Amino acid sequence: MSDERSDGLGDADAAQSRYDQARYVENGEYEPLLSEKDRTRVEIGGSGDDGNGADSEDGGSPLPDDLTRDSLELPELSEPELARHYTRLSQMIYGIDSGPYPLGSCTMKYNPKFTEDVAALPSAAVHPDRSEGSVQGTLELLYRLQDYLGRIGGMDAVTLQPPAGAAGEFVGIRVAAAYHEHNGEGHRDEVIVPESAHGTNFASAALGGYDVVSLPSDDEGRVDLEALEAALSENTAALMLTNPNTLGLFERDITEIAEMVHDVGGLLYYDGANLNALLGRARPGDMGFDVMHYNVHKTFATPHGGGGPGAGPVGVVDELAPFLPAPRVRERGEESKSGDSIYERFEPEHTIGKVHGFDGNWLVLVKAFAYIARLGDEGLADASASAVLNANYLAERIDYDVPYGPFHHEFVASAGEQDAADVAKRMLDYGVHPPTTKWPEIVPEALMTEPTEVESKDTLDRLAAAFNAVAGEDDATLEAAPERTTARRIDQTSAARSPRLSWQALDTEDES
Amino acid sequence: MHGSHATGSPYAPHTEEDRTAMLEAVGTESVEELFDIPADVRFDGDFDIDARTERETRRLVRSMLGRNDDLTELLGRGHYGYYVPSLVDHLADRSEFLTSYTQYQPEISQGFLQALFEYQSLLVELTGLEVANCSMYDAATALGEAATLADRVRDTTGHRVLVPNRLREERRSTLENYVAGTDLDVETYPGDDGNVDLAGLEDTVDEEVVMIYAENPTVRGTIEERLDAIGDLAEDNDALFALGSDPIALSLLERPVDVGADVVVGDASVLGLPTSYGMGLGLFATREDYLRQVPGRLVGASEDATDRRAFTLTLQTREQHIRRERATSNICTNQAWVALRTAMHAAVLGPSGMVDLAERDVRRARDLADRLDDIVGVRAPVHDRHHLREFVARTDQPARAVVDDLEKRGFAVHVVGDHEIQICIAGVSDDRIDRFAAAVEEVTR
Repeated sequence: MSDERSDGLGDADAAQSRYDQARYVENGEYEPLLSEKDRTRVEIGGSGDDGNGADSEDGGSPLPDDLTRDSLELPELSEPELARHYTRLSQMIYGIDSGPYPLGSCTMKYNPKFTEDVAALPSAAVHPDRSEGSVQGTLELLYRLQDYLGRIGGMDAVTLQPPAGAAGEFVGIRVAAAYHEHNGEGHRDEVIVPESAHGTNFASAALGGYDVVSLPSDDEGRVDLEALEAALSENTAALMLTNPNTLGLFERDITEIAEMVHDVGGLLYYDGANLNALLGRARPGDMGFDVMHYNVHKTFATPHGGGGPGAGPVGVVDELAPFLPAPRVRERGEESKSGDSIYERFEPEHTIGKVHGFDGNWLVLVKAFAYIARLGDEGLADASASAVLNANYLAERIDYDVPYGPFHHEFVASAGEQDAADVAKRMLDYGVHPPTTKWPEIVPEALMTEPTEVESKDTLDRLAAAFNAVAGEDDATLEAAPERTTARRIDQTSAARSPRLSWQALDTEDES
Repeated sequence: MHGSHATGSPYAPHTEEDRTAMLEAVGTESVEELFDIPADVRFDGDFDIDARTERETRRLVRSMLGRNDDLTELLGRGHYGYYVPSLVDHLADRSEFLTSYTQYQPEISQGFLQALFEYQSLLVELTGLEVANCSMYDAATALGEAATLADRVRDTTGHRVLVPNRLREERRSTLENYVAGTDLDVETYPGDDGNVDLAGLEDTVDEEVVMIYAENPTVRGTIEERLDAIGDLAEDNDALFALGSDPIALSLLERPVDVGADVVVGDASVLGLPTSYGMGLGLFATREDYLRQVPGRLVGASEDATDRRAFTLTLQTREQHIRRERATSNICTNQAWVALRTAMHAAVLGPSGMVDLAERDVRRARDLADRLDDIVGVRAPVHDRHHLREFVARTDQPARAVVDDLEKRGFAVHVVGDHEIQICIAGVSDDRIDRFAAAVEEVTR
């Protein structure tokens, strides 16, 4: 990278111009909101019928007044204006197609474009209430994806219904509860979660009605076996664990952990958020996990869309299969005239019912299937190999202290004396997305970094240069950052103290 | 594989030279050494999944999905196939929208945050309630979240959640799972000719009720006539009134705030998504009083360091990544991109377009029902009510046989009773509706 500037920003100039093409400023103000200009009020009703079914002659409202609202006020813009509005908005967004996105535990990796085309096939657009016979293609894809995921995770049965990873966790918790209840063990009311776990684990267990028992880490960042021993009891319903954990460390004692949990009659739950590190190298089922979710939008492929949709299929061992959400898909055991298998939906014997109004985020599942089918065994194993190599290489290249190790797909550096959130803001000035900050809390001022398998050595070197430039900067510089982005540092406190959550709230403000 | 890249994932960019240099920097001989996995849990087998080229993969999926029959769907009951303007696909597919993540760094996410702020504003206008979040998974999970909200905000010892007896079974089941960790019980109240049986509801309500849920339009497409009375009943019993609806219905029907609704849930993907096998977008709006108990993400307006308006995720202390087991919800990944599509579709329509679409749905459903009613052996609609986009018809012949015969002629409709079928006109062109009416005449002859 060219490095002529005294502040070492170098290539950040290029990034600056990218951010700035989105900035249209007139008299120091942003272009007004779509919502503030051209809002049109449409009056409704008034000329409607008498409620007996006949429209008035002038083609007014087909409903009586008392069943309709009075008016609707929304922006009314031409299509060209809208095209420019949304294009401008898109220019004020950083995506993985803009540059590296090393958000720890979020697995922001490049997604192939062809999966979008596959999901957009007209034959993929079907209604969920269609007869089984008329959607054999959809059922076959679901069946084959269930099968792929089962093999990849070492699980006996899979449901594709949960619409996100956290929804998958909730299914796992509900399945565990149903299983214990079925066995007359309904008294089990505790779920153990390591301190370093994703926040969703705690929330999903609580949503399922469980008391959460927090588990400390040992000096090396892994599950503390003595603490686990102390936490386990006849009240334990499950231990929720991810492996490698959120520090990127493999829980080497996993076999012993599984035995300890099983010995007290608990179930072992695998949080699949970090599965990217294990593809083709280890399988949760082989480690003794009884139930797991897959973040197919992370481990496999789906662009994250600014926060979803995702999909969180759940895999289980045979013993838990009867409790999975209904319906699942299976082969009927007969063939069509053209020799294809016939698929059908079925309800597991002791199903917990449904966790989504229909069958989850189908379009995401199509993309995941296409991605797995594209990569195959070799590609999947290579993805994890490259992800792990990249994490270890980047950890090696940055000047920040990186405790623990060795790492799998992610690592947690410490910003030390610097404030991790400020470090992140300053990294924006260098034209890269920063890591996840201040979490997990067991590393002070954490910079949780996951480069994923798609970044090249050159990109990692550039990323490391950004880390290292910031590492040498003083607090005043960090606190003033970012200065090269669409918006400068945003006041979070005022946003939370006086919430303005709609353009209507802004109108009220203008009036006052 | 191409060029000098190592074999394996076509999206992992290392050359052999890169790998060698990187391993050297890390200080290991091979990538395998980096996998710190004990021998007893190492996986040495294979998945037996063949790799394919991009072209082969596309062909595989296309041929598989090609097994789906090409039917004209007159299906609804919570999932609709309205025409989505091309502008939505082209702009939502811009890779900055598609390939970004949750807006944890607002300074480089202003565009998405503003789009979500506009989505929230759309829902605020449609519902009349002050607060809308920027998405849940779908209508069923949003209903589940409404019940847990009611459980948190209602300062009573009550445990009853009341839902219509004709609530879609899948919604009820999802709701049951959401409240399984609370002491809430889901119970039903009776219906009357497709709508709420007010007297029956009144008999069912007591001070133990924490939430009454109703839908407008109902699952059978009928429009509720006494939502205000349900709102009064809820208020009198210190229960939340949760109303299920969708953006098209809300653009025409009574404003939820005017009938006393405390929460509005439903599926917003009625705008922005074609039929997608049930994939949805849960809408969630409520009163400002409950702001700090709202589940999910909220985008707020603020200022940046130069005092210019800027947007950011806000009130995150409600969320799981901060509050953990005390969070208002476990939701993390939501349906942000679908919310973007919904906002775009609404913007293309504009207010007059949305009202026109809803009014057309009333007229076209009524017109088709009238035509079917003229056929001997068919009575439509069976409910003497106003309808939006769908209605139930009674057939003298068994409904199953009628529907199977219709499918052979290229039309899909619901079976909802032994002699009842349900028909939805949403997104179906006029000429297809003509052909459908003719097909019904043939199969019921």
